[in-house]
Amino acid sequence: MVGGERIMVTLKELPLEDYIVSGHRMCAGCGSAIAARMALKAAGPNTIVVNATGCLEVATTIYPYTSWRVPWIHVAFENAAAVASGIEVAIKVLTRKNLMKQQPNIIAFGGDGGTFDIGIQALSGALERGHRFLYICYDNEAYMNTGIQRSSATPLGAATTTSPSGRVIPGKKEWKKDLIGIAVAHSIPYAATACISYWSDYINKVKKALNFNGPTVIHVLSPCQLGWRFDPSETIKIGRLAVQTRIFPIYEVEYGKYKLNINVTKPLPVIEYIKVQGRFRHLLEPQNSHIIKDIQENVNLQWSRLLKLCSIG
Amino acid sequence: MRVIGLTGDEAVAYAVKQCDVDVIAAYPITPQTIIVERISDFVANGEINAEYVCVESEHSALSACIGASAMGARVFTATASQGLALMHEILYIASSLRLPIVMAVVNRALSAPINIHGDHSDMMGSRDCGWIQIYTENAQEAYDITIQAFKIAENPTTSLPVTVNLDGFIISHSMERVEILDDDDVKRFLPHRSPLYRLDVENPITIGPLCFTDYYFEFKRQQAEAIEGSYKTIMNVMNEYSKVSGRNYKFIDTYGIEDAEILIICMGSTCGTARFTAKRLRERGEKVGIIKVSLYRPFPCEEVIEAIKNAEVLVVMDRAVSFGAPSGPLCSDIKNVLYDFGLKIKILNIIYGLGGRDVSQNDIEQAFKLGFKLKLGDIKDKVLWLGVRE
Repeated sequence: MVGGERIMVTLKELPLEDYIVSGHRMCAGCGSAIAARMALKAAGPNTIVVNATGCLEVATTIYPYTSWRVPWIHVAFENAAAVASGIEVAIKVLTRKNLMKQQPNIIAFGGDGGTFDIGIQALSGALERGHRFLYICYDNEAYMNTGIQRSSATPLGAATTTSPSGRVIPGKKEWKKDLIGIAVAHSIPYAATACISYWSDYINKVKKALNFNGPTVIHVLSPCQLGWRFDPSETIKIGRLAVQTRIFPIYEVEYGKYKLNINVTKPLPVIEYIKVQGRFRHLLEPQNSHIIKDIQENVNLQWSRLLKLCSIG
Repeated sequence: MRVIGLTGDEAVAYAVKQCDVDVIAAYPITPQTIIVERISDFVANGEINAEYVCVESEHSALSACIGASAMGARVFTATASQGLALMHEILYIASSLRLPIVMAVVNRALSAPINIHGDHSDMMGSRDCGWIQIYTENAQEAYDITIQAFKIAENPTTSLPVTVNLDGFIISHSMERVEILDDDDVKRFLPHRSPLYRLDVENPITIGPLCFTDYYFEFKRQQAEAIEGSYKTIMNVMNEYSKVSGRNYKFIDTYGIEDAEILIICMGSTCGTARFTAKRLRERGEKVGIIKVSLYRPFPCEEVIEAIKNAEVLVVMDRAVSFGAPSGPLCSDIKNVLYDFGLKIKILNIIYGLGGRDVSQNDIEQAFKLGFKLKLGDIKDKVLWLGVRE
């Protein structure tokens, strides 16, 4: 099922050291915690982390405790990319003035709310200005920290507390926003999707992204057992299903060139992904069967669009 | 020392250049724009070894300043009006994280209706944000206070952001004679920042964690103590700068308070007009005086009380409205201080100059006249809008 050409890190090569450590209060089975942990394994200790307000921020730094073994800063919800911009230019000028020697990586973490919605302006500004930093959007497809409200990353049909499945409206009515498309439109050196279930692909992408001399974006799908309503033991499996049904394709865009990293040659029907999550339960009712059909058609359309993009150049 | 002709905006930009600032992150807004244009010139011409970040909003301007300041850099930004309002959320975070940042606020009216001219509504709307706030009277003060602001902000025990306020257009766009210090004098007065804490991969710290009911309250208490404790830092810096520059800086500036019956209390460019008018009136034998409040936050309670205790009537001039409040923001502070010190002096609050409405000598004379009327019991109003068409 997996394309296979990018398997560079083996389990044995995975560093034992962690830079976000246990004791935090992320939920059992939290995909976002895995996304942060893996990224830090890839980046190592010479890294400064900027964290937008969200699950990852509130659950890892409850004063007087912290899970972070690297320098870490949280300022607000919508401005992680702007804060990272300031850090990057400060490093540049302090180095020039011989007031600083290290050249740390800068990683900004934002959830989908902090990235797709309220943080999109600050992100766009930072990408346009060309700061050298990696922005990782850990996408759990809703505002999970405040109690599962819909964001523009929530998929069509999903029930959230602000896009509930009611007697008239069956969950969210709009498609998910194309974050990588927006990132690529800024002509940045590197943008990629990833999923925590494919840790090797994800870690390699983090390592690769940090080597570019400019802004890079990784959009990592991070299943949320609480908001998607599945058993905490199923997180990795749900992530795999998102990829294997082609709902969440894994690809990268290097200097505008698209490349499919996981070629799903025998896709599962989307119903396999939908039926195992409580947020889609209402779609299984007969009157909503057309929505599943719409989702399947859209997945097919987006996949063929992606294949075309990958074949250009 | 040199003397050159500079507008208030240019004077601030020149001070920033001499202060060897590391990072400037700013967004253009009238009437602040000339500050960032001049700084851009300095950066483009290699006259300052700094990074200028052309951010996409004021919200991001201050956010980038926070990131840079957390790295230990010397940081400057400038804004006005709607820009300051857009920063509002981040203003509180900068002061709560105890990050030194200097920001010029070129005071301008707030929308609606949209208006680009000078009044103090913008800063007064954010007055409780925890920043040290200093108001200037002219381009010279804007230059001098900008240099002092870095030294105040970066003092390790103070470690707070500072705003340098200058009236939109009246100061920002008026060309004046400005005495410029030698670069070496500024360098000696202001060595490079040495922060106690910063984002450092060799000594990782967590900045901006989550605090619940068990710790938040104590954080706020410490923050209050920091700004209350900054009087001493500000006074020391002002004294030291006065020696370097030969120009005397204090929390408040007074004229004629020794025997004045009527005292005008005001801030910003109006102080010049008020002082000039008071001098003319004293030549005619009228016992009038003025108090210029330079340091607005923390409020110089003791200095103000000392200056006003012998007056019979105070005319407090507010260039901002606090809608629905008993008086304008400066007047509320003055009343508060009077009560605390057990003094009962008649007060007239004048709301004036909103949206850049010009304030002339005649207006100030009128304000003094109203003060005399209040003394004689001829008017009953507590708040009057001077020069408004009703």
